[in-house]
Amino acid sequence: MADVASAGGLPIVCAGVAVGHNGTRILADVDLAVTRGNLTLILGPNGSGKSTLLRVLHGLLTPTAGTISWGGASVRPRRHAMVFQRAVLLRRSAAANIRYALDLAGVRGAEAESRIDDALAEVGLRALAGRSARVLSGGEQQRLALARAWALRPEVLFLDEPTASLDPKASRAVEEIVRGIHARGTTVVMTTHNLAQAKRLAYDVVFLHEGRLVEQSPAQGFFNAPRTSEAAAFLEGERL
Amino acid sequence: MRRQLLAGMVGALLVLGTPATGAQERFIVVSSTTSTEQSGLFGHILPLFEKDTGIRVRVVALGTGQALDMARRGDADVVFVHDQVAEEKFVADGFGVKRLPVMYNDFVLIGPKGDPAKIAGGRDILAALQKIAAAQAPFVSRGDKSGTHAAELRYWKAAGVDLDAKKGTWYKDTGSGMGPTLNTASSMNGYVLADRGTWLSFRNRGDLAILVEGDQKLFNQYGVMLVNPAKHPHVKKDLGQRFVDWIVSPQGQAAIAGYKIGGEQLFFPNACTIAAWRKSPVSSPRSAGTRDLASRNASRSNSRALAYAGNDARWCEIGSCLPVPARH
Amino acid sequence: MGTFSDSLTLAAALVAHLDPRFVDIVALSLRVSLTATALAACVGLPLGAAIAVGRFPGRQALTVLLNAMMGLPPVVVGLVVYLLLSRAGPLGAFGVLFTPAAMIVAQTILITPIIAALSRQVVADAWGEYREQLTSLGAGTFSAALTLIWDTRYSLATVLLAGFGRAIAEVGAVMIVGGNIDGVTRVMTTTIALETSKGDLPLALALGIVLIAIVLIINALAQYTREWARVRYG
Repeated sequence: MADVASAGGLPIVCAGVAVGHNGTRILADVDLAVTRGNLTLILGPNGSGKSTLLRVLHGLLTPTAGTISWGGASVRPRRHAMVFQRAVLLRRSAAANIRYALDLAGVRGAEAESRIDDALAEVGLRALAGRSARVLSGGEQQRLALARAWALRPEVLFLDEPTASLDPKASRAVEEIVRGIHARGTTVVMTTHNLAQAKRLAYDVVFLHEGRLVEQSPAQGFFNAPRTSEAAAFLEGERL
Repeated sequence: MRRQLLAGMVGALLVLGTPATGAQERFIVVSSTTSTEQSGLFGHILPLFEKDTGIRVRVVALGTGQALDMARRGDADVVFVHDQVAEEKFVADGFGVKRLPVMYNDFVLIGPKGDPAKIAGGRDILAALQKIAAAQAPFVSRGDKSGTHAAELRYWKAAGVDLDAKKGTWYKDTGSGMGPTLNTASSMNGYVLADRGTWLSFRNRGDLAILVEGDQKLFNQYGVMLVNPAKHPHVKKDLGQRFVDWIVSPQGQAAIAGYKIGGEQLFFPNACTIAAWRKSPVSSPRSAGTRDLASRNASRSNSRALAYAGNDARWCEIGSCLPVPARH
Repeated sequence: MGTFSDSLTLAAALVAHLDPRFVDIVALSLRVSLTATALAACVGLPLGAAIAVGRFPGRQALTVLLNAMMGLPPVVVGLVVYLLLSRAGPLGAFGVLFTPAAMIVAQTILITPIIAALSRQVVADAWGEYREQLTSLGAGTFSAALTLIWDTRYSLATVLLAGFGRAIAEVGAVMIVGGNIDGVTRVMTTTIALETSKGDLPLALALGIVLIAIVLIINALAQYTREWARVRYG
């Protein structure tokens, strides 16, 4: 499996980012930098704005205030990929789903086929390459979504609660894949509400509370000695 | 890619849109009336014409008014209808080349056997209509500017019934063809004026029967004319003319006379009779073509035994030329 | 009531004897309506998808217009096409009035809004589900629309059936532009209208029964294929 060549889409820098919808505030005044090689977990209670922040970082959502830039540019880089909570797979075979994504990225022919094979092997779905994506199990679907993202050799991979609807075994499989992708040089940003998972994966933690970025610290420090009372309360609540 | 798609669509339309019989087929479009089509007359005579000439005839059956409109727009090669006044106007306006009388049948007044207006058995159409109006008995009208509708309105007028003033709920205007109008009359037991041909081939009669027939005024003349190629250059004038020539020829006239339903003849060819009636000195300029023929035979025109004039297609045998149908 | 039992017997006899004229009429009905459905699909599916996915001024108005045009009266369509194709009309020189091509044109116009409006709905629903993923993958509007059409193909097949059903069942438009010419433009619905005019109600109803049976068989086949594909391909 080839490593990820560095592209120009990093760091991602948010300055004073706010997102509002019909007068309700979803994100307010978020300053954040995502740097190369990190594995960042975005934590926070339900409704704290985790998914919204992830979409802003991926460029799917334009902030209503503030600025965001990717390696200094204001246009979303193509080599950032995202895996959603519920895998959105096309009504075609597993391999064809990956081929579709590669085609959009301009990767075709032998290079595409070799990446497809490689990605399916990476997530343990090689045997199901010809199976229709829509008839795979939930865990298999999420692994396929990861394979599709990985085949793009993304500079940054965003994951929005990728294990929220999976059983523990499937969740662990997904975690392993994410770890493997990160190990090959992809910067990873992921939301989760599963503290144990966050502890297993995170290098860095971003903690959101009511749409505000309350704390950003290395994982060890965050879990052992949170600097803010909101984070402490969150960790306490989760522990209970 | 989009251009290929468009080309593909046009191609599909051309391939699937052409009649299965092939584009090379020689055919003409005849706009005619529902009475000729639905009575089955065309089904009887057209195969004979096609056998004689190899020309297929595509009949579009409408009311006379519509059929003439269609031809006026240039969508037919030949018109074969039954409203002499409208036809003569059509020719006078330059849309038709020349109107030739072909055949006639007659109108019959249909009504419920219960006969609330007490008209059954009479011969006088005008008297019958007066009684219907007086009794305010249900009457169903075509109301579609067809030849039959035009005739009906003439009869009301001649009967002295001012429809605009007397029209009430008893007078139903269906605005549709002869068949649907008969269906309506059948379901509501109303009186209705119909052409005999459609009536004879009509199946859903219910309680209806012929109540008045045989009046000379009920005479229903059909005429044929080629659409004027000077107005519409695409008109197939040679093929169309051959149809016109054939329908008034002995073969055509015999074919018409040969069509019967249950032993009863539906249409009476009279191309020759009319031509004979038009005495040469007084005939109108429009009938110039027939006048020559008539003058040639002027000496014999009183005789019912009009001679069959050799090669001339517009003459026919005596047997098919009875001026008024003999009614039982 | 006698008419109904007569009609059922007659319908069975029509099918059993396969009278060539009857077969020709059925074949022409299918040919005209299937071609019209195919042409309408070529226009309606991309149009519906474009409106579902695209962001352009007048999109809402276009949606309302399309939805309203689903109720186009066939007679009006027939009349407009007649006036266009008539010798006196702008397209008269082609001489296609009173041919199956004219009927195909009329039915295509009649059902394109139906296919466009219904496919817009289907594709818009799918777009709601797929939008973020496709945007994330970098799909442009055009490519997203094509992807959605292919991915909603089973639902769109139902949309096409709705269009086909409307086409093969309508009489007003084909009567006017086809002229109901025996052996040339006579289809099942115009035959039914003609036999009704002639007062042969049992025969008219028998033809109606056959028409319904044909539409039923086509729908059943489509449904079966769709279910089979869904189980196999998800």
